Parts: sequence; C-alpha cells; structure tokens
Amino acid sequence: MKGTSIHPAGSQLKNNTSFGQTVRNSFTMAYRGLLKIRRTPEQLFDVTFQPIIFTLMFTYIFGGAISGNVQSYLPVIIPGILVQTVITTSIVTGVQLREDMEKGVFDRFKSLPIARIAPLAGALLADTIRYTIATVLTFAMGYIMGYRPGGGLGYVVIAGLLVIVCSWAISWIFAFFGVIARTASSVQGISMIVLFPLTFLSNAFVPVKTMPGWLQWFVTINPISHLVTAVRELANHGTIGWDPAISLIGAAVIVVIFAPITVRAYMRRT
Amino acid sequence: MEHVDRTAPDSGDWAVEARGLVKTFGDNRAVDGVSLNVRAGTIYGVLGPNGAGKTTTIRMLATLLRPDAGLAHIFGHDVVKEPQIVRQLIGVTGQYASVDESLSATENLVIFSRLLGLGRKEARHKAAELLEEFSLTEAAKRPLKNFSGGMRRRLDLAASLIAQPPLIFLDEPTTGLDPRTRNQMWDTIRRLVRTGSTVLLTTQYLQEADELADRIAVIDRGRVVAEGTADELKASVGRSSLQLRIENPQKIETARKAVEQVLKVQSAVSPEGAKITAPLADADRVTDLLIALRGAGIQLTELSVQKPTLDEVFLTITGHGAGEDESKETDKSDRAGEVRR
Repeated sequence: MKGTSIHPAGSQLKNNTSFGQTVRNSFTMAYRGLLKIRRTPEQLFDVTFQPIIFTLMFTYIFGGAISGNVQSYLPVIIPGILVQTVITTSIVTGVQLREDMEKGVFDRFKSLPIARIAPLAGALLADTIRYTIATVLTFAMGYIMGYRPGGGLGYVVIAGLLVIVCSWAISWIFAFFGVIARTASSVQGISMIVLFPLTFLSNAFVPVKTMPGWLQWFVTINPISHLVTAVRELANHGTIGWDPAISLIGAAVIVVIFAPITVRAYMRRT
Repeated sequence: MEHVDRTAPDSGDWAVEARGLVKTFGDNRAVDGVSLNVRAGTIYGVLGPNGAGKTTTIRMLATLLRPDAGLAHIFGHDVVKEPQIVRQLIGVTGQYASVDESLSATENLVIFSRLLGLGRKEARHKAAELLEEFSLTEAAKRPLKNFSGGMRRRLDLAASLIAQPPLIFLDEPTTGLDPRTRNQMWDTIRRLVRTGSTVLLTTQYLQEADELADRIAVIDRGRVVAEGTADELKASVGRSSLQLRIENPQKIETARKAVEQVLKVQSAVSPEGAKITAPLADADRVTDLLIALRGAGIQLTELSVQKPTLDEVFLTITGHGAGEDESKETDKSDRAGEVRR
C-alpha cells in the first residue's frame, strides 16, 4: 500500500477544520447526493409531477373566481405556486436525511476527520437540484398555459434563484426535524403541519384584501408573502424592491439559527 | 503541538489507553468502567457475548460516542478534547457495513478518498488500488445492493484503509461470513498488522480471538473480566484435561473414584454419562491411573488429553454458556450457540 499516509503524533495534525476544508467536504457530500439521485431517479417523481399538476389545477380552479379569467390570474398564481411547490419540496430533504442517517455510512462520516457540518450541508446542497427542477417546470408550465412574464428571462432567472436560495435555507428547518425525529414519516407529518398554514396563509393564491382583518395582519408578516411578492415583482415587472432583501435576510436568519442546532443534534445522536 | 503521555510513563507507543470508561443508556450501564491498553503494532481482541458493551466501547474510542466517565487516549490524544486529531489516526469498520448501498464500490471509495483530502485523480487511483488489493475489481461498477456479505465487508475494510490510519477498529469483522471468507478476512487483518498498523477488533468468536489477537480482553456486562494473552487466559483456567470414556456406563462411579484417588483432583462426568473429565496436573500419574482402572476391571473405549480452549476460559470467567444464568432473554439462545462454536 502506497500513497498518502498519515503518521501518528505528527506535527501536522490539527484539531479543527478550516473553512476551505469545510466547503470542500460539503461539496464532496453534495456530489454523493447527486450520485444517489442519478442512481434512483424515481425520487425526482414528486418534483416533476407536483409543479405540473398543481399549476394546472390551481390555475383553472381559482383563475375565474379570483381574477376573472385564467389569463390574468397567471401572473398572480405562477409566482405563488412556484414558492409553494419548491418549499414543499424541501420537506423531502428532511425525510431523506432521516432515512439516510439510519444507514451505517453516517457512522463512517462521523468517524472521518471532516467538517461536522459537511454531511448535512452536502445533502441539502444536492437537493437544490430538486428545487431547480421544480422551478424550471413551474415556469415552463406557466409559459405553456400562456404566462408571459413582463420582466423578461433575466429577471425570471433571478426570481428562480431567489426561490431556490430561500428554499435551501428553509430546508435547514426540516433537516433539524429530520435529525431529531424518530422516524421518516414523523418528519413528513411535522413538516406538513408547519408548512401548510405557512404557504396558504399568504398572498400566494388569493389577494390579501379579500381576507378578514386579523388574517391580513398575519399574511403581511408571513415571510412567505414577502418571497411571493418578491418573485412577482421580479418576474412580472423586472423591479427589485424591499421584498427580495427581506426574503434573503429571513433566509439568512433561518440558516444562522437552524444550521448550528441541527449540527449539534446530529452530533448528539447515536 | 504538545504531545503528553499522561498515562503511560514507560513508553509512548500505546495505540490505545483507556481508563474507567463508562457509558450509560437510561438505567443500562452498557460500559461500566472499561480499561484497555493496546500496544502499537499489535492485534488486540475484545471478546464478549452480545450486549457485553464491545460496540459501545469501540464507539467511544472512535469518537462516535462521548463517554460519561473515564479517559481514553489514542496515540496520546484525548478522544474527547482532540476528537478531530483522533479521527485522523483511526479507521473504523462497523458491525454493519458502513458504506453507501445505493452507490458502486468505486463511487464509495472515491467519495471517502475525496473527503480525506485526496485530489480527483488521486482518489480514482486510490480506489482502483484498494479494489485490486481486496479483489473487488470486477464488481467495482455494480451497485452494492448486489454484493455478497463478504464483498461488502471487504469494501468496508478497504474504505477504512484509504488514509492508512495507524489504528484500525474492527467491530465484529467476520460475524455472518462463511468460513472461507472469514479466513480471507483473517489474512487481510494479519497483513495489515505486518504493514505496521494496530488493530483493535471485537468478536464473539473465541476461535477468532485465539487465532488473531496478541492480547485479549474478555468483556462481560460492561466490565473487563479478564485480560492477557490467549495462553495466559488458558493457563488461568488450568492445565490440560484428561478425558476417559468407559465402555460400561454402570461402572462410572467406580471409575470416577479411581480417577480422583489416583490423580488427587476433582473430576466431572459428562451429561451423557460415560465420559469423565479431570484436570491433568501431572502427566506421569496417568500410568498409575490406567493400571488402577485395569485392576478394577473397567474397560476404556477412549482416552484423550485435551488442552484448554478459550471456550472453557470464557465459560469459567463469565459463568455464561450453560444458559442457566440471568442473561438477557432475547440473546440467550444464540449466545449459548456462539459459545459452543
């Protein structure tokens, strides 16, 4: 056996991992996630069909009632459905992490001299491919149904990236549930209870004006509403207001809170 | 960086030094004050039945589990205070294959190599080299789902060797393998030690510890109940034993009396009734015994001298095996089976 070797008690041994190593480790773990997706493409089933079915359903059901006709509802609903679909997709991240952690390979990751956050960050990073698929499909469905975003392709791409980044941040919440929950199905359960009210009690599907006053108060502070507004402004008008900034700050706050506690919970778990 | 040997004033070449390790799960003291010293360059066997605390001990030494009490150093580095250094010195192969089921053998090894800091090309190279060494080359591209148990274990071990760690933990490396694959695994482990590695392995199989380990710790209910070389452990139980099978079972009591009188020891009669076993301290007296037996008109069908096996050591030390004690309900039957192997 030849090649790189590590000597006991050598002076080059360090007890901490550098930032560069953390990033490298995370990307390697993300590569592992991508390989897994390639091996089992059926796990992309939900991100393929959910955007198509939801976009069709919601648009034709609510279009006439809310905006008078389907055509004028599209600029309202497509950003809404985009945010809802992509964020719902991030639940699967937590569920899969739970399933993955039950396998022996996570023991090996723990015993390797790598950044502790890497197995989690890598898994979440790989899942952005899922969000990208959902984003592209939702816009594509909208386009087929006659949606012509006024902001042009450039702003649509920015809007899509914004949603993907925010969903990645939100997926840390579900990753936390994934780490502390006992079973994968309970992760699914808890996450749906959190996410359902959050996405529906927003401006994603229905104008806020039509809701009762107390509900309007919640809807306007709901971060999901800000993200939906940000996407609408970007895609439909090509303008960048305060909402993208608020969304990104919210995303950063989530990561700052949930990434450390998730890693701690992950380290505690045996 | 300081390198202090707090617990081994005599020499610095201890691969593992553990003092009074304790781990409690609920009210179950899984590990209850285990101390181990493993000299670098040797194979150390931790032997014990299911649920004795072997895996928990290894997990604490490998930084996977934080001890509730006690100290452990790996090449002088504290497992709690310097876990990231310890992780650079060890390779861990778990009881259940710790490789990725949905990926191929090559992909697994490449990912682990990349995580350990090898470049893209180096990682490919290393993976190919290890697959070759563990004769897995022709299966390299297949997903692990189609691998046999033995292939999985070999891949698992290969993955532990990427960084050539000086200390390798093997948790029950041959459990569930057929005899041929088990022998291959033993060869691999011996080869590892020849190249300078230290191996700490756990096993339920006495034969395995006897074959491989330079020193053995017998562990039971979270405690080390005996420690030494295989020969020392055997010697602690007694010398060789004499076994006599007599033709006419009715004369067994007469025969037994003769044995005890001549050899001046306690003897035992086997359950099936026709076999007498007695410790053999002085081989010279056997002649006297045989003459006495002929004088009493007792015909022998078989006479043999048996050296003590680790099985006997194990039974004597732990008091398990006959299945009569308070061992945990579920693993009782398979524990008894293992001990007889």
